[in-house]
Amino acid sequence: MIEAHLPALQVVLPLLAAPLCVVLRNGTAAWALTLATSWAALAVAVALLVKVLADGPISYELGNWLAPWGIEYKIDAVNAFILVVVAAIGAIVVPYAYASVRAEIEEERIYLFYCMYLLTLTGLLGIVITGDAFNIFVFLEISSLSTYVLVGLGRDRRALTAAYQYLIMGTIGATFILIGIGLLYMMTGTLNIADLAKRVPPLAGNRTVLAAFGFITVGASLKLALFPLHHWLPNAYAYAPSTVSAFLAGTATKVSLYILIRFIFTVFGASFAFKTLPLDIVLSVLAVLAMFVSSTVAIFQRDIKRLLAYSSIAQIGYMILGISFASVTGVAASLLHIFNHALMKGGLFLALGCVMLRLGSVRIEDMHGLGRTMPVTMAAFVIGGLSLIGIPLTAGFISKWYLVLAALESGRWYFAVLIVLSSLLAVIYVWRIIEVAYFRPAPRSEAAEPVREAPASMLIPMWVLIGANIYFGVETSASVGVARQAAAMLLGSGP
Amino acid sequence: MSVTVLLALTLSLPLLGAVLIAMSNGKPNQRETVTLLTAVALFATVVALTPKVLAGERPYLELLDILPGVALAFRIEPLGMLFALVASFLWIVNSIYSIGYMRGNKERHQTRFYVCFAAALWATMGVAFSANLLTLFIFYEALTISTYPLVTHQGNEAAIRGGRTYLGILLTTSIGVMLPAIILTAYLVGTLDFRAGGILAGKVSPEMGGLLLFLFMYGTGKAALMPIHRWLPAAMVAPTPVSALLHAVAVVKAGVFVVVKLIVYTFGIDYLAKLTNTDWLLYISGATILIASTIALSADNLKRRLAYSTVSQLSYVIMAAAILAPISAVGAAMHIAAHAFGKITLFFAAGSIYTASHKTEVSQLNGIGRRMPWTMGAFAIGALSMIGVPPTAGFVSKWYILLGALDAQSTVAIVVIVVSTLLNAAYFLPVIYAAFFRKPPEGDEHKHGEAPLPIVIALCITAAGTIVLFFLPDIPLALARAMAGVGG
Repeated sequence: MIEAHLPALQVVLPLLAAPLCVVLRNGTAAWALTLATSWAALAVAVALLVKVLADGPISYELGNWLAPWGIEYKIDAVNAFILVVVAAIGAIVVPYAYASVRAEIEEERIYLFYCMYLLTLTGLLGIVITGDAFNIFVFLEISSLSTYVLVGLGRDRRALTAAYQYLIMGTIGATFILIGIGLLYMMTGTLNIADLAKRVPPLAGNRTVLAAFGFITVGASLKLALFPLHHWLPNAYAYAPSTVSAFLAGTATKVSLYILIRFIFTVFGASFAFKTLPLDIVLSVLAVLAMFVSSTVAIFQRDIKRLLAYSSIAQIGYMILGISFASVTGVAASLLHIFNHALMKGGLFLALGCVMLRLGSVRIEDMHGLGRTMPVTMAAFVIGGLSLIGIPLTAGFISKWYLVLAALESGRWYFAVLIVLSSLLAVIYVWRIIEVAYFRPAPRSEAAEPVREAPASMLIPMWVLIGANIYFGVETSASVGVARQAAAMLLGSGP
Repeated sequence: MSVTVLLALTLSLPLLGAVLIAMSNGKPNQRETVTLLTAVALFATVVALTPKVLAGERPYLELLDILPGVALAFRIEPLGMLFALVASFLWIVNSIYSIGYMRGNKERHQTRFYVCFAAALWATMGVAFSANLLTLFIFYEALTISTYPLVTHQGNEAAIRGGRTYLGILLTTSIGVMLPAIILTAYLVGTLDFRAGGILAGKVSPEMGGLLLFLFMYGTGKAALMPIHRWLPAAMVAPTPVSALLHAVAVVKAGVFVVVKLIVYTFGIDYLAKLTNTDWLLYISGATILIASTIALSADNLKRRLAYSTVSQLSYVIMAAAILAPISAVGAAMHIAAHAFGKITLFFAAGSIYTASHKTEVSQLNGIGRRMPWTMGAFAIGALSMIGVPPTAGFVSKWYILLGALDAQSTVAIVVIVVSTLLNAAYFLPVIYAAFFRKPPEGDEHKHGEAPLPIVIALCITAAGTIVLFFLPDIPLALARAMAGVGG
C-alpha cells in the first residue's frame, strides 16, 4: 500500500513538514523535524531507485487523474538517480546544519530557516520527479523562492544583494522556461512530458517549436549557471550561510541541469537538438569557455567560498560538455559528474563551514596554519580538493575518465586535451589553499582563544561526503552502472 | 606461504608501518625501530618472492574492479621484481642513514618524515607490481603526493618553491599527458593489462602508436626526459635522505621503470621496432644525457651536480630501451639497479659531508678526503660506477647497453655513450682528486671528523653493494633476461 504511493510521499513529506516548522516556532524542534523528514525522503528516493532498476519506470497518477490530463509522476532511471543525489545531499547536510546554523543565523529565525530548507527540498525533488512540464515550473518556483530566502539569511549584509541578484536572474530563467512550455502547449495541447515526447518531434521544423526550444534552453542554462549566464552564482554561494552553500552546490544547479537534459533528450529528441540544430557546437563552446575562464577566475579569488563557486561553474562546464557529445558515454559521464560533483563540492563546502564556524572567515589570508589547528577539517578539504582535481581513487577521477573517453569516442580528441588542461587549473587553485593551510605559520597574536576543531556533529557529515568521494572512486559499479543505464535510456527510443 | 599472500604482504607492510610510525609520535626510539623492522620485513618478503618469480611463477592479486574490465590488480613480473628488490633493500639502508642524518641535523617533524617515507615505499611497491596501466597510474600519483611533504620538509620559502615545481611538473605531465594516453589506449585496445609482447600490435595504427609513445614518454615526468626534468633539481631542497632514496631510487626509478615497462609490456619491442616514427626518442634521450652532463659539469653545488647527473643517467635507461634490441633492454633493467646503488652512495656521501662539515659546494671540498676517508672512499666508488669503470655495477649495465647499440648498429647511441662517459669522468674525477690530493684551505678552523656512525655504515653498505653487483650480477641479470625474453 505504502509502496505504491512512494512517488507522492517523496514530495509530500517535506512539503507538509515545512509549515509544521513554522507551527513549532522552536529552532531545535524544527531541526529535529527536518532531520527526520530529510532522512525519510532519502529512504523513499533510494527505495524508488531500487524499484526502478529492478522493474523499470514507475508511473504514478496524482489523485488518480489519468495521465495526459492529470499530473503524472514518472520515475525512470534518470530521475530516480538524480532524486537520490538531491535527497542524499539534503539528508547529510541536516545534522551538520544544527551547529552551523546556530552560529550563523539569529536564534529567532532558525525555525524559519528549516521551513525554507524543507520547501527548497520539496521544490527540487518535485522538479525531478514530476512527469508534467507545467508542474516542473511550479516546483521550480517553489524551490527558487525559498532558495532566495535561504541565501538572504546569510550573516553578511551583502547576502541580501546576492539574493536579489539571484532572484532577478532566476526569475528570468524560470519565465523563459514557462514561455517555452507555453509555446509547446500551444502547439501540442499537452503538458505531459511523455505525451510531448510523442507530439513534438513530428513538428520539428515548426517555428513555434524552435522558439520553445530556444526559450527552454536559455532559461534552463540561466538556472544552471552555464557560462556566461552564471553571474548570480558566485555571490549567492559566497554570502549564503555555509550549510546553504553546501546544499545548493550539490543540488540546485544539478536539478536545473536535469531539466535541460530532460527537455533536450526526452521532449525534443537528440536528433532535433544536435542534428537539425547545432546545439552541440553551442554547448561545447560554452562548456569549454566555462572550464577555462571560470577556473582561471577561481585561481585569483581570495574568498574560498567564492573560489569554490567559480570552480562549480567550471565543473558545470564538464557536465554540459558531456551532454554536447550526445553519446551514451558522454551523457553517462555528465550524469556521473552530477553525482560525483555533488559529493566533492558538498564535502568541500561543509569543510569551509567548519572553518567559518571557528574563524568567522573563509578568506585565504585567515587560513594560515589551519592544517595544524584544524587537522580533521583540513584533511577532508585536501581529499575533496584531490577529487576536484581528479586524482585516481577519488570520484572526480572516474568522472574525468568517462568524459575523456566520451571525447575520444566521438572522435573529437581536442576536447580530451581541453578537459585535461582545464583540470590542471584546478591543481593551481586547490594547491594555493593547501600551501597556505599547511606551510604558513598560524597567527599567534589572538592567543586569547586558540582555534579548535569543529564539533563532531559537523565533522561526521563532512567526512561522510568525503568518504563517499573515495568510495565512489574505488567501487564504481553502482554509480557508473546507473549512469550508463540512464544515459542509454535517454538516447534510446525514449520512455 | 602462498605467493599471493606474500604479494599482499608487500603491499600492506609499508602501510601498516606508516600507521605504526604515526602512532609512535614523540617516541623516537620506538619510531625508528618500527621503521627499520618494517623495512626489513618488506625486504624479506620481496626476497621470498624472488625465487618463485625466477622459476616462472607470476603471482596475481586482484582487489576490485575500478572501471568495467579494469581492476585494481597486481602481477609480479621480472622487471617489477627487480625494481622492488632494489627499492626495498635500499629502504633498509636509507632508514639507517636517515636516523643518523635526521638526529645529527636535529630536523623537525621527524615522525611525518618517516610516515611519508613508508607511504612512498608503499606506492613504489604498487608501481612495481601493478598489473595494468590504471593501477600503475594510481600508485604513480600516490608516489608523487606522498613524497611532496618530504620535498617541502624544511617548510621555508625555498622548499615551498621547490615543492611547487616538483608537484607542478609531475602532476601536469601525469594528469595532462599520461592519463589521456591511458584512456586513449583503453579506447583503442580495450585492455590496459601488461602482457609479454605488448598489447598494441594489430590494434593500433603506426601513426597512433607513434603518438602514444610520445604521450607516454612525456607523460612519465618522473623519467625526467628533457625538457621536463626541472622538477628533479628543484626537489633537491629536500633533506639528503629524501634526495637519496627518492631521487636516486624510488621516484626517478619509478619513472624509468614505467618507461621500460611500457616499452616492453604495453608497446612491445617488436611492435615499436616496426614503427618508423620512434627515432626521436633515441635522439631526445641522447641529447638529455649530453646536455645534463654538461650542466653537471658546471654546477658547483654538490647536490645539484648529482641531480643533473641523475637526469643524464635516467636517460641512459630510456635510450637503452629506445634502442629496441632485447639485449639493450637487459641493459636498461640492469642500469635501474646499478644506478640506484651508485647514486644513493653519492647522495649519502653528500649528506655525510653536510652533516659533518656543513659544506655544500664542490669548491669547498679540498682535502676533505683525509678527514672523512670512509665517506670519500664510498663517493669514489659511486662515481666510478657512474662513469662505468670496473669493478663497479655501472660497468655491467653499460656493457649491455653498448652490446645492444652495436647489435642494432645505432651509431648515435654509441657516440652518446662514449662522449657521456668522458663527461661523467670530467665532472666526478676532479671532486675525488680535490678531496684526496689537494690541501685543505688555510685557516679552515672547522675541525670535524667523520659523520655519525649510522651514516657511515649506510654509505659503506651501498658502496659495497655497487661492487658486489659487479661480481655477482646473477639474480638481477636473470630477472632482466627473463623480462626481455633473452635466454641465459
